[in-house]
Amino acid sequence: MENELKVPTMAELTAAGKQPEVLFWVGCAGSFDDRAKKITKAFVKILNKANISFAVLGTEESCTGDPAKRAGNEFLFQMQAVTNIEVLNAYEVKKIVTACPHCFNTLKNEYPGLGGNYEVVHHTQFLKHLLESGKISMEGGQFRGKRITFHDPCYLGRANNVYEAPRDLIRKLDAELVEMKSCKSRGLCCGAGGAQMFKEPEKGDKDINVKRTEQAMEIKPDIIAAGCPFCNTMMTDGVKSKEKEASIAVLDIAELIAQVEDL
Amino acid sequence: MEYIPNLIFAILLVAGIAFFTQNVRKLIRNIKLGKAVDTSDNTSQRWKNMIAIALGQSKMVVRPVAGFLHIVVYMGFIIINIEVLEIILDGLLGTHRLFAFLGGFYSFLIGSFEILALLVIVAVTLFWVRRNVIKLRRFLNPEMAGWPKKDGNLILYIELVLMVLFLTMNAADYTLQQMEVAPYVKAGAFPVSQFIAPLFQDMSVSTIILWERTAWWLHIVGILFFLNYLYYSKHLHILLAFPNTYFGKVRPKGQFDNLEAVTKEVRLMMDPNADPFAAPDENAPPPEKFGASDVMDLEWVQLLNAYTCTECGRCTSECPANLTGKKLSPRKIMMDTRDRLEEVGKNMDANKGVFVPDGKQLLGDYITHEELWACTSCNACVEACPISIDPLSIIMDMRQYLVMEQSAAPSDLNNMMGNIENNGAPWPFNQMDRLNWSKES
Ligand code: SF4
Ligand code: SF4
Repeated sequence: MENELKVPTMAELTAAGKQPEVLFWVGCAGSFDDRAKKITKAFVKILNKANISFAVLGTEESCTGDPAKRAGNEFLFQMQAVTNIEVLNAYEVKKIVTACPHCFNTLKNEYPGLGGNYEVVHHTQFLKHLLESGKISMEGGQFRGKRITFHDPCYLGRANNVYEAPRDLIRKLDAELVEMKSCKSRGLCCGAGGAQMFKEPEKGDKDINVKRTEQAMEIKPDIIAAGCPFCNTMMTDGVKSKEKEASIAVLDIAELIAQVEDL
Repeated sequence: MEYIPNLIFAILLVAGIAFFTQNVRKLIRNIKLGKAVDTSDNTSQRWKNMIAIALGQSKMVVRPVAGFLHIVVYMGFIIINIEVLEIILDGLLGTHRLFAFLGGFYSFLIGSFEILALLVIVAVTLFWVRRNVIKLRRFLNPEMAGWPKKDGNLILYIELVLMVLFLTMNAADYTLQQMEVAPYVKAGAFPVSQFIAPLFQDMSVSTIILWERTAWWLHIVGILFFLNYLYYSKHLHILLAFPNTYFGKVRPKGQFDNLEAVTKEVRLMMDPNADPFAAPDENAPPPEKFGASDVMDLEWVQLLNAYTCTECGRCTSECPANLTGKKLSPRKIMMDTRDRLEEVGKNMDANKGVFVPDGKQLLGDYITHEELWACTSCNACVEACPISIDPLSIIMDMRQYLVMEQSAAPSDLNNMMGNIENNGAPWPFNQMDRLNWSKES
C-alpha cells in the first residue's frame, strides 16, 4: 500500500474540535463484505485525493434497519433508526454520502419521519459533483472505447429517480455507454432487494441475477458497472454462473473512477 | 298511447341508473372498510398526476402499440358519450335528433363520432387478436384463467356490438333522411355509415324504420347494461382510474410508511424515564394489530387500488420474481384483494350490514406465504402500473403481519434479524470490527 487510507472518525474529529463537511455512511456490506470493502476503499481513496473533509462513524455505525423493514420487522427497523439518529444528531451531522442505495433510501426517506433530517446523497451523485467542481478530473483513459453498461439499483433508480449521475460519470470515462434492453425506470432487479440477499430464493425456474446477467450479456459489455454492493455481488455471481468472468468485469462506479485517477 | 315509448325509456333509464347507484354505494362501503389514511398532502401534485396519468394516459404509451390502441378506445368512449346525451334526451322527450339545429357543427360531431366508432372497432379487434391469437404472455398467467379471461373478451364484444349498433342506426337513419321520411330530418354527416346504407336500399320504409328503431333501442339498452356491468368487471377502471391516480403514492417509491403504532412503542422502550413495571393503563385501547392479514387491515386507498386494477398484467410482466418462475404475481395480489373484499361485502349484505367472521382471510386463503416472500421490493410493478396501483404496499403490510404478529419469517431472515439485533449488521460480525477495513490492505 503506497499511501495509507485516511479515515477519520466522527469521534476523533469531534475530540479535536472539528466538524467534517460530510459523513460517509459505510453501511454493513461496505464494512464487512470482502467485495464491498474494495468499493469502500476505492471511494475513500477518491475522497482523500480530492481532499474532502469527511468522517465515518466507525464502530458507532449500526445497520440502518433497511433489511429488517423490507422483511416486515418494522419494530427492529425503528429501533435501529432511532439509535442511529441519536448518534447522528449528537454529532450534528448535516450531510451524508453513502455507496449503498439501500442505506441511501432509508436515511433519505424514512429517517426524517423519526427525527433524522439530513441531506443524503448517493456516492455517484457526490462523485459527479466532485467532477463538476474540478476536484477530480478522470483523465486516465484506461476505459477509452470500452463497452460499459450500467445496472440500475432499484433503490437508486425507481425508488429515488437517480438515473443520470452514474451514467454521466461513465460517459466521462470516454467509454461507450451501452444500455440493456430494460434499463433506467424499467431496469430489472438483481434479485437482492427486499431482504432477498439474506435468504434462499423461492422455487422458480431461474435465479433473478442470472436472468439479469443474461440481459447484460445480450449487449456484450466489457464491464457491468454497478452502484450498489448487493447488485455487485449478484451480478458477479451471475457472470460467474455463465463462466464469463474472464471477459466481463463487474465494477462499482467508484472503482472505475479510482482506476482512472490512478489510485 | 303515444307516450308509451317515452315511458318505457324513462323506466329503463331510471332502473339502470338506480341499480348502478346501488352498486356504487356498495363499492364505497367496501372501500371504506379499509383503514383511514391522510391524503390531504400534495394536493397540486395529486391533481397533476390525475390529469397526466388518467386523463392524459401518460403511462399507457410506455408500451406504444397497446398504448395507442387504448387511447383510440378511450377517446372513442369519452367522445361518443356526447351522443348518448342526445339519445337520452330524444328518448325522454320523444324527439328525433334534438341537436340537429346545431347545423354544420352537428354534422361535424356526428361525422367525428362515426370515424371514432370505426377506429374503436379496429382497435377492439386488434385487442382481441392480442388476447386470443397472439397470446401475449401477460394474458396467460394462471390468475387469468376463468372469469378474468372471459371478462376481458366480453368487454371487447360489448364495445364492438355497441359500435356496430351505433353505425347501423346511423346508416338506417341516413337512408331514411335521403327518402325524406318524417321525422328523419336531414342532419348529420355519415362518413362511415353511408357505406352500410346500401344494405337498406331495397327495403320498405317501415322495415328500415324498424331497423333504425331496433338499433337505437339496443344501443341505449346496451349502454345501460354496460354501465351496470362495470361493477362486476375489471372495466371499473374507466371510472376509478381518476380517483385512484389522485390518491396514488406521491412520495418517492422507495419510501415506505413508518408504522406509528410501532414508533410509540419504540419511544416508550427507549425512554429512560419510563417505568417498565408500571401497571398497564386499564383504559388503554387494545394494542393495534401490526400489518395486514385481511382486507380490513389495509388502508382504504389500497382497497381502491384493488377495485381499480384493470388486470392488464403490466406489473407482472416486469416483476423479477414472476419472470423467473416464482409464484408471485403482483396482478394476482390485486385481484385476490378485490375478490376477498367482494366476499366480505357479500357477507355483510347477507348479514344486515355487519361482517360475520367466515373463518377466511386474505392471507393464506388467497395469498400464500410463498408469494409474499418472493418479492424483492424492487418497485417494478408500481412503476409499470398505468393507473398508479401499488401492489408492493400490500405485500409489505402482509409481511409485517407475518413477522410481527406471527414470527413466521423464513428462518434465514430470522437469523439476519437476530444479527441486526445483536450486533448491528445482518451478518454475524462484531460491531467493534466495523472499521477494520480501513486498516486492511
Ligand atoms: S416489488 Fe415485488 S411484486 Fe413488485 S415487481 Fe418487484 S418483486 Fe415483483
Ligand atoms: S396493478 Fe396495474 S399494472 Fe398490474 S394488472 Fe392491475 S392495472 Fe395492470
